[in-house]
Amino acid sequence: MALLQRPFFVLLLVLTHQFMQYWIAFGSVNEEGQKQEEEFNEELLLKPLPDRKVLAHFHFQSSAPPSTSNGRHHHIFPKAISQLVQKFRVKEMELSFTQGRWNYESWGGFDPIPSSNAKPPGVELWAVFDVPQHQIDASWQNLTHTLSGLFCASINFLESTTTYSAPEWSFPPASGNLRYGTLPREAVCTENLTPWLKLLPCRDKAGIAVLLDRPSIYRGFYHSQRLHLTSTGSGSEGMVSGIILEQTLTVVLQPNSQRAGMAYASERHIQPSWSLTSIFGKQVSGTCVLAKSSNVYLLLDRGLVAELEHLHKENEKSAENGFTSQNFWTKPSFELSADPDRIFIEENSLHSKGSSVLYKFQVEKYSESEPFDLSLTWKIPVVWLSQQAPLHASRFLMGSGNERGAIAISLKSTQLSEGFMGANADDERCDLQVNVFQVVPWYVKVYFHSLQVFVNQQPKAISDIIEKIHVSPSKDKVSPGVMEMVLKLPCKVNSAALTIEFDKGFLHIDEYPPDANQGFDIPSAIISFPNFHASMIFLKDDSVNKSPLLSKFQEKSPVMSYTEALLVPLTTPDFSMPYNVITITCTVFALYFGSLLNVLRRRVAEEERFLKEKAAKKTGRLSLLLSKLSAKLRGAWNEGSLRVS
Amino acid sequence: MADTKEKSESNEKPKPRIRPIVRLGIFLIAHSFLVSVVCCTAGVLALFLLPVLAKNTYISENALMPGSASPMLANQHVLEGNRLVNDLTSSNLKSSETGIESQRIIARYMLDLGAEASIHKFHRQLNHFHPLHFFSSPDSGIIEENYSCSSYGINTVGIIRAPRGDGKEAIVLVTPYNALKSGLGEALSIGIAYSVFSLLSQVTWLAKDIIWLVADSRYGEYAAVSAWLRDYQTPKFSSLSTLDAEMCPDIDNLYDLKVNSITGSKFSSSFKRAGTMAAALVLKVRNKSDQFEDTISIYAEASNGQMPNLDLINVVNYLAVHRQGLHVKVEKLWSLLNSSWLKILGEIFESLGKVAKSLNPKWKFGITATEYVEGTATLASSLYYQALGLPTGPHGAFRDYQIDAITLEILPKFSSDKVRHSDILLRGGRLIEGVIRSVNNLLEKFHQSFFLYLLTSPSKFVSVGVYMIAFALLIAPLPIVAASLYVDASSLGNCSKSDKSTPSASLDTDEHSITIGSWMWLNSAKLVFLVHLWGAIVSLIPYVICQIPDCTPTTSFMIWVLLSMLSFLTLYSVLASPLSCAKASQEKEWALVKSVTISSVFIGLGLMSVINFATAEIGALLMVPMCLLARPLKLDVRAGTLRSFSRMIGNLVLGLIAFPPAAFFLLKGMLDGFGSVNVGAFWIWVESLWAWNSATYLFIGMVHLPCWVLCIHILLHTC
Repeated sequence: MALLQRPFFVLLLVLTHQFMQYWIAFGSVNEEGQKQEEEFNEELLLKPLPDRKVLAHFHFQSSAPPSTSNGRHHHIFPKAISQLVQKFRVKEMELSFTQGRWNYESWGGFDPIPSSNAKPPGVELWAVFDVPQHQIDASWQNLTHTLSGLFCASINFLESTTTYSAPEWSFPPASGNLRYGTLPREAVCTENLTPWLKLLPCRDKAGIAVLLDRPSIYRGFYHSQRLHLTSTGSGSEGMVSGIILEQTLTVVLQPNSQRAGMAYASERHIQPSWSLTSIFGKQVSGTCVLAKSSNVYLLLDRGLVAELEHLHKENEKSAENGFTSQNFWTKPSFELSADPDRIFIEENSLHSKGSSVLYKFQVEKYSESEPFDLSLTWKIPVVWLSQQAPLHASRFLMGSGNERGAIAISLKSTQLSEGFMGANADDERCDLQVNVFQVVPWYVKVYFHSLQVFVNQQPKAISDIIEKIHVSPSKDKVSPGVMEMVLKLPCKVNSAALTIEFDKGFLHIDEYPPDANQGFDIPSAIISFPNFHASMIFLKDDSVNKSPLLSKFQEKSPVMSYTEALLVPLTTPDFSMPYNVITITCTVFALYFGSLLNVLRRRVAEEERFLKEKAAKKTGRLSLLLSKLSAKLRGAWNEGSLRVS
Repeated sequence: MADTKEKSESNEKPKPRIRPIVRLGIFLIAHSFLVSVVCCTAGVLALFLLPVLAKNTYISENALMPGSASPMLANQHVLEGNRLVNDLTSSNLKSSETGIESQRIIARYMLDLGAEASIHKFHRQLNHFHPLHFFSSPDSGIIEENYSCSSYGINTVGIIRAPRGDGKEAIVLVTPYNALKSGLGEALSIGIAYSVFSLLSQVTWLAKDIIWLVADSRYGEYAAVSAWLRDYQTPKFSSLSTLDAEMCPDIDNLYDLKVNSITGSKFSSSFKRAGTMAAALVLKVRNKSDQFEDTISIYAEASNGQMPNLDLINVVNYLAVHRQGLHVKVEKLWSLLNSSWLKILGEIFESLGKVAKSLNPKWKFGITATEYVEGTATLASSLYYQALGLPTGPHGAFRDYQIDAITLEILPKFSSDKVRHSDILLRGGRLIEGVIRSVNNLLEKFHQSFFLYLLTSPSKFVSVGVYMIAFALLIAPLPIVAASLYVDASSLGNCSKSDKSTPSASLDTDEHSITIGSWMWLNSAKLVFLVHLWGAIVSLIPYVICQIPDCTPTTSFMIWVLLSMLSFLTLYSVLASPLSCAKASQEKEWALVKSVTISSVFIGLGLMSVINFATAEIGALLMVPMCLLARPLKLDVRAGTLRSFSRMIGNLVLGLIAFPPAAFFLLKGMLDGFGSVNVGAFWIWVESLWAWNSATYLFIGMVHLPCWVLCIHILLHTC
């Protein structure tokens, strides 16, 4: 019987297999017919930084088109995110976890990367909702709880109305339905990264994400993990809205420069050479099979390219090496271990400084046997500066003591932008527009009337400088204070400063967080320059459009920078005080009630009579005491004897 | 006692029982003499007992974890530090007049480490008397003057940003350095700081930013640090007379080192900041010392007797003693070490401790006589420096902004070879590294341990709860004596005919006489108030004297004395003369004056003990006996007994000692020898008091001096 059954079983297996194949093929045809399907792209951008560090920017993008057929099911798009979008009707949302500070001075502040990926320390969350005005707060609160569960972080603390605010127009995706909140003290660790990786179709098992070796990425100087989603084309009945989920991880790492062991003195001047293995300890052995494209880019920024060109020209003068400007980019002053598949040069219309160069490497060409390990070796020493935002913003606290203080935002012109501004400065009315958005918790009671503006160290009338201001004062224990400003500064400004005074409030004892003596945070302010756009426009459009990262670079987004988070020391009670207070209150109460009862119990007339009687009796106090004592003793003795008997 | 009295009275007139607390009060007032003698002796005794009662220090904040990590400062960092020391000392040989060269070297070294370097220009600020600036927070509203290029100083500031920190907090390391005449000691302190700095620029555990301030100490260490702090905490954004670089070409030279090619770190002339300061360490190395082992001395007193959190001292002490094997000491009054009476007292306490131990082995309060003497000397210096209200080092500038700071002075073992240098660099560096690492561990600011304490040795302290007892005992008799005097005076005046001498007699005087008696004290209060007003005027006079140019201290002092006497006479003739008009009850007027004086002294001392305990304690030691003993000399002369004669002598001696200048000269003579005492010294001392906004100045002017005048008034009373 068994022998007979076997061929039948094999036949069945073959038939079902064929059927399955057909079915799968049919399904794919069906999707192609729709012209839109769920996509996943993985990209990595590497960029050498002027202070011997390397920036690595991972960019993963999953997108789900608006569709009716899929219903609640997705192929590669994370279900958790789509559920979240459907449920809370999120139009746009961004969540970032950041550790460390972005060094605007040496890592630049003008490129698209710092503009959109330099985030304040801790957690920042903003979301735009597609719901009626009165439901926004409820949606926000539910969203924070969901995200908190999803990312293992205390984002739920943003639920309280004291922690989030609704900027009107200064925050770039300006919209009335926006809510914005930060948690500056949130620590970031692997437990936040793991759920983030779970949203990727291949997690960190294949593709570029393999490089995310925890010890090496957390060893860095800056670590920012971001999740940005936009939902598109919803609204029509039955259609599930399309979602674009953009997950980025930006890390700044220090390559180990013990390669040749500092043999020469000149060696120290050369930028450290690095490879993917030396930075991450891993290499890419193939793509994530679900990814539509899988690319690694190497970006040389404008300053570096200008410097290299300069060096190259000098080289040409001194010794005729036969270099021409055509093959300059293919034989530069550094060496790459792999040949780039494509080189993009930025179309330079605005910036005289130089144009950045982008090398593209396709990971598809590499495999397990021949892993992709990009390495960069410098041949000549190079010194350059990154392009900075027009003004460098820093914020600090003034004053001391527990009573009052002031917040100061100081804007300093960066020398780099001067030439750039010079082009515009020809006409008389040249203004530099600066938007300031600042949220201040309620216990820092800001006096908005005390706002002072100084330009080039001269006090200025507020109406001269501030074009538009929107203030929503804080309400105690209800909402934080929000200040939005548009400043119009003259183009040739050297320095500007804003100061605003505040009083330090008192909190109720149960409102103090743990470790209250550390002080209280004022979240970072956002300084943006709407006149300046951080974008890079590349020539070859067709392939650029295919890459989400590069098309992101082409978007015109205003230059943004975050200031430092501040720590305000508030008066904190001695938390052992309740014990002392309880003790002293009990004592006072005992004394009070004791004497009160004493007074109530006393009958003055009777006492006087008693005194008189006593005087008449003239019995000594001692004898009275003795007789009392003996009476008590006798009683006790009697009782005792009674009990014994 | 009161009971029996009451009982005897109840025969004639039954009356309600007096409440026990009132009875106790009456009892105390009735025996005010005994009470005051007992309390004062107990207060003085308790003060001398403090070294015995001192507790060992312990690290209260668990997060500090000192010494839990092994030091990472290795020889390579020491070598780098040594290199800087050599560069600095050699550049001194070919030094320029302005000393800009050494600042440039330091800035270049900072840049080489990848730190942010910047310079901070500041002007020397002259001491001005600002009568209204006492207790106010230091502010930037100081009158601008026309500064020349010659009077500026340059601080060099290096900042390491914590690689993974959020930049909200910072730790400050200060090394005073005078480029014009720096010795090896200052260069060594820079070397230690640099070796620590070079280590910290590489470590990954930093959570707080590190600021290294090389304070230009050509106008004093304190001035440089406080100028930097002022610009850090309360910067001015609008400056009318900015010191531009073109005005002073020297500073221009510094801008040559713009960008460091290796690290990409930039040099900037703008003021650089990090977050809220968590703690500050001032590091000094003494040039020459005759120590037999490497010693580190801790200075902690800031203005008005404020102390840094005890935990900071504990951490330094723990790390220095248990990790680096350094000898730690705090300031002592050396003259007390050899005093024989203190030794005898110490032996008495030692034997008492032994007796106590033999009674109960658990009682462990005995200390040896030498320990006692050392503890007392340290305690006395601790009290003295707190009472002065002047900071003992540049760390005092930090305390004005509620930042805990101490000065560490390393006194190297006497030696001259190079090996010793690197040993000092290594051990000093490791100590600083350990302290910084501990503070770096802190999540909260220093709050766990004591802020109010007196040190009796680097590892022993007396907390506020203990030392307050001595003070409380000392001033406890004041209200009792005041009440007793008042009661006496009113009973004497009103019922002089009645033969009842007990204070309770006043209780059954009739309504009418009480109303008269209760108004009697107002005249005395008026007098006391006027004298206090005069005290206030006297303490404001230096403001006028300051305006007189080219005054030697002696002449200033003389002018001050003359002016105060003049003002006293005017005040007396204008306002106080109606007081002196004949009164029916002259003989008791002095008692009322004394009573009101004592109450005002009590209030003054009580207030002062909150502001600066040590001043109040020393003031109480001087004033309480004087106030209590004061009695018209005429009465004593009239009595002519031995007791009154001795009291008279005591009064005269106390009246002499308690006069502030006399007390100062006596103290100074005792400490430094009488040869150096001259009249101008007092003026200089007072000048330093108000220059540092010390509350002691106010105390002397408004409490001590009026009290002394009133006591003299009582002594010379014509009754």
